[in-house]
Amino acid sequence: MLNVKRKFEALGEKALAFIRYIGGVTVFFSEILYWIIHPPFRVRHVIKQAEKIGASSLPIVSLISLFTGMVLALQSAYQMQKIQAEMYIASLVALSMIRELGPVLTALIVAGRCGAAITAEIGTMKVTEQIDALEALATNPINYLVVPRFWALLISLITLTIYSDFIGITGGYLVGVCKLRIPHYTYVKMTFDPLTQSDMRNGLYKSFVFAIVICVVACFEGMRAKEGAEGVGKATTSSVVRSFVLIIVCDCLLTAFMYFFGR
Amino acid sequence: MIEIINLCKNFGTHKVLDNLGLTINTGETTVIIGRSGCGKTVLLRHIIGIFRPDFGQVIIDGKDITKLRGRELNDIRMKFGMLFQGSALFDSLSVWENVAFGLLEHYNKRKSAIMDRVRECLSLVGLEGVENFKPAELSGGMRKRVGLARAICMKPEIILYDEPTTGVDPIMGDAINNLILELHDKLKVTSIAVTHDMTSAYKIADRIAMLYNGKIIALGTPEEIRDTKDPIVRQFVYGEAEGPITNTRKIE
Repeated sequence: MLNVKRKFEALGEKALAFIRYIGGVTVFFSEILYWIIHPPFRVRHVIKQAEKIGASSLPIVSLISLFTGMVLALQSAYQMQKIQAEMYIASLVALSMIRELGPVLTALIVAGRCGAAITAEIGTMKVTEQIDALEALATNPINYLVVPRFWALLISLITLTIYSDFIGITGGYLVGVCKLRIPHYTYVKMTFDPLTQSDMRNGLYKSFVFAIVICVVACFEGMRAKEGAEGVGKATTSSVVRSFVLIIVCDCLLTAFMYFFGR
Repeated sequence: MIEIINLCKNFGTHKVLDNLGLTINTGETTVIIGRSGCGKTVLLRHIIGIFRPDFGQVIIDGKDITKLRGRELNDIRMKFGMLFQGSALFDSLSVWENVAFGLLEHYNKRKSAIMDRVRECLSLVGLEGVENFKPAELSGGMRKRVGLARAICMKPEIILYDEPTTGVDPIMGDAINNLILELHDKLKVTSIAVTHDMTSAYKIADRIAMLYNGKIIALGTPEEIRDTKDPIVRQFVYGEAEGPITNTRKIE
């Protein structure tokens, strides 16, 4: 009986911790929204962060997008050649990259690379009293630290996604034209013919949501880091895991929503 | 004047401040002493509004800062300068950007005027030619001095010192004590320092308050505290291993 009681207590504690976490994230996000429209606006900080997040992610985004595009073309060729429909490889690669893989892969790369760095930086500031020092100097930490990263992530992720789409399509083109001998004109035509404005729009909507997810999770985890270096390590791990899970969950929900309502 | 009335703060089930009351007069240096982990830093953070109490008031110049938020709270904070235990310098900024942080954030001044003020503050704490260094390139004592320069840069009316001599050698510790005295005499500020370093406390304090079990159990001039008959205060100020503080802990 005592054992059952303890199990229920443990379950209750976990449920309470979860509710507390969701509550904390909600309040944190509402504070970000408040400071987005209230001065001071820190354009220089946004540019600096965008450079850190966007420009420095270009090589890894290029590499992964290029190879993904190539693999996608090769894998689809395996099936398409059987039904002699190789020219549809171009459409498949373009649609997959723009609607799904471009936004998701870019978001996962940015969450792993920059989300972790943001959590580690803010977490270190938290455990070394730098966040308290900001408050003591009459500066709101969300306005100073989080809002510039929010804008930088939003701008960088959307730009990187467009770039990733382009590089992925180029990867597919290289395989399609150079290896599978699809004529250049046919490949380009089959890439752009099936694409509609809503395909581009839906991909970018996803990037917009993923940028918010990465920023809120990374900054929130950093802000609640405690207990020195170990705490910062835990916060960073938790930030990456939670961002990854939320990106995939949001992707699924958004895709379903767009499928049923967005066509 | 700073009035702290019935201040209570719990972290989970741990009671840190328990109906604490203390009045700090304008222009005086009050040192709060107590064992490590007794809540001295928590008290300082309530005074500057970083922590919110579970109950009680902190009244600064007639305003209860526990009720203030946003711009109003920041207006009160502009009256403060705070030296943190670990200096809390911003790693990503250079020394001059750290010292000038408040000016850059809140005043629309020319860069040359800001740089002049930064140099003035750095020279007040005995540092010159380090403006372009990063905090990581400085020694512990230098970091503390830069932290102090940052604390005084906006010409505060109240300066809070969190363990000003912790983590520096005794000579540097005494130099920091002298700096605090000098700043007090030159700038006529109200100072509140928390420390468990009695040498420092005797040297800089006009009044010493001892924090124990979440309450101020003794308040007096350095001489009164030194000559106290209270066994708890005596054990702490004379640094004795045996006594009512440690006996209570053993029973607990």
